[in-house]
Amino acid sequence: MITQYKVMPGPEHFLPPSAASMGNALPDPGQGHIHGTIVQEEQAMEEAARQFLSAKVPTLFPGPLVLWAWNDKAAKKAKAVRHLYETIKDSVTSTQTAMLIPMPDYRPKYPKINPEVEINPNHPNLTIWHNKIDACMFVGVHCHQANLSLKIIRGGTSCYTVAMCAQAGHEDAMLSFRDATADKIIRLADWVKKLKGSVEPPK
Amino acid sequence: MATQSVIGQKNNKGQAFTDPRHMMFEAPRTPSFFTGSEVIKEAVRRASCDMMVAYPITPQSEAAALCGELFAEGYIGDYFRGESEFAVMSQCAGAAFGGARVFTTTAGPGTMRAMENFPMWAGARLPIQMIVTCRGINSPLSIQPDTLEISYLMQTGMLVWHAETAQDFYDWILLGYMVSEEPDVHLPLALCCDGFFVTHTKDMVDLTPVDMCLPPYDPYRSPVPCMDMECPPVRMMRDPFVMKSNYISYATHASWQQEVWAAVERSRKHTIGWMNGLIDTENTDADIIVVASGTAVSQSREAIDILADEGISVGLVKVKTLRPWPGEEIKEATKNAKHIIVPEFNVTGWLGREVKATVPNNERVHSGPHVCGGMTMPPEIIASEIKTILGIKVETLSGRGS
Repeated sequence: MITQYKVMPGPEHFLPPSAASMGNALPDPGQGHIHGTIVQEEQAMEEAARQFLSAKVPTLFPGPLVLWAWNDKAAKKAKAVRHLYETIKDSVTSTQTAMLIPMPDYRPKYPKINPEVEINPNHPNLTIWHNKIDACMFVGVHCHQANLSLKIIRGGTSCYTVAMCAQAGHEDAMLSFRDATADKIIRLADWVKKLKGSVEPPK
Repeated sequence: MATQSVIGQKNNKGQAFTDPRHMMFEAPRTPSFFTGSEVIKEAVRRASCDMMVAYPITPQSEAAALCGELFAEGYIGDYFRGESEFAVMSQCAGAAFGGARVFTTTAGPGTMRAMENFPMWAGARLPIQMIVTCRGINSPLSIQPDTLEISYLMQTGMLVWHAETAQDFYDWILLGYMVSEEPDVHLPLALCCDGFFVTHTKDMVDLTPVDMCLPPYDPYRSPVPCMDMECPPVRMMRDPFVMKSNYISYATHASWQQEVWAAVERSRKHTIGWMNGLIDTENTDADIIVVASGTAVSQSREAIDILADEGISVGLVKVKTLRPWPGEEIKEATKNAKHIIVPEFNVTGWLGREVKATVPNNERVHSGPHVCGGMTMPPEIIASEIKTILGIKVETLSGRGS
């Protein structure tokens, strides 16, 4: 299927479609996608860094796969995520606020979650609205839960979504990487450092 | 955990875990004369299955019992009989939640009895493989082939493939795990065939080497936690979104369902890579094209030969996967056809409906001939249907379907 569907910041629809059902395909190894268009990974790196540097509240959402040291790779990746957060924090202006908000688990929590301390895939819009987050990156979130959340964010918020996926990537993010490793996350931090000062901050 | 490559290592039966591309496409094959049920056993022998749950009462296929022999021989990690088909499918879910590669078989009324489990499997993203050796499901009961149950499975969120021959069956059981266990897919597969015609007849099948087997399933690549009693999909059983009356709970449930069908769509890329397309085509320049699945394809080939002898050129589209639905491929293959014939082994004509919903100018689609309840479909009645559509006078054939 040839698709014209662009995965853009919302609010898109009462119930936006899954991008896969609109014909969007996942990137192959060495590639990423931006708004559904397949690009080389380096181009996606640069664009993700620009999105972080031009956002008022660039935010990382690390999930259980990196929050728990269940193997050596996860621990290494967690350090890389912390490094990326510190790099973004050091690279933005005083009018911008970088955040690191964990997704510790996937439970549908009632009567409410505390949006200042967590995000979960079932209520992602609450955390995004409360903190006025306008660009975010999922990392270490199980793929099914990430896609669940990415669609809800696109449906009800104007937040720009990035997925740093350890598997095949996410069509439902506006920008996605695949086969994420600690080194890849550090490369993204390097792109943020490289572009520091060259991207206009938000007004 | 199984994230390290195990290719080249041996299992406790001395089989080498083999790169599936080498095993399926490069390794030498041995021609063997087997029934379809025996072929299922031989595929499972090479599939590195952790678990099989069986309900072998159905006379439709001996496969469940034959897989019991495999367990006795040490080729399957664990094996037991469930109390009923519903229990079997629930038990399969438990094993898959725990991170096992699971295999089971079913047919006919048993499939219907277990039906509640299939959307649950898909929703929980469990890559269980279920062989469906189709038979009649309605009263008066029949143990003869009839493909009506496939139409129910097509709405569950499972992958649904329809094998024509025992060779398809053998290859697709093994390839099925490769597709359904991809992390961006990770869905159950209903691998269907027409019972008796495929399961009980003997055919030549080229088998892969018995000392090679698939690499084991790696549950750590699952898109959901493989077992966590505090998190969905397990926790959803006691704290489902639908029990909370607020917008976001419903939105979560809706997004969850969309994600299951998104995963079906994602399976296209992998299925095309492993199975060389979702359809096979022959002579699609012809004005008349037969679109069929299962053994209706074999009968259609015979009919096409009969008509060729009479100077009538007819093309063929063999539909291999029903979910994902090869809509674009069928549209392309039939774009020049004046008449599209869809013969089926069921009373409702579900394949004809799907084709009608797919192609432009769908007055071209002739849904039929249909046989059901165990009737055979002689090639002559397909040829006769085509000639009738072309305005050629034909003799009445007794036993012709609707």
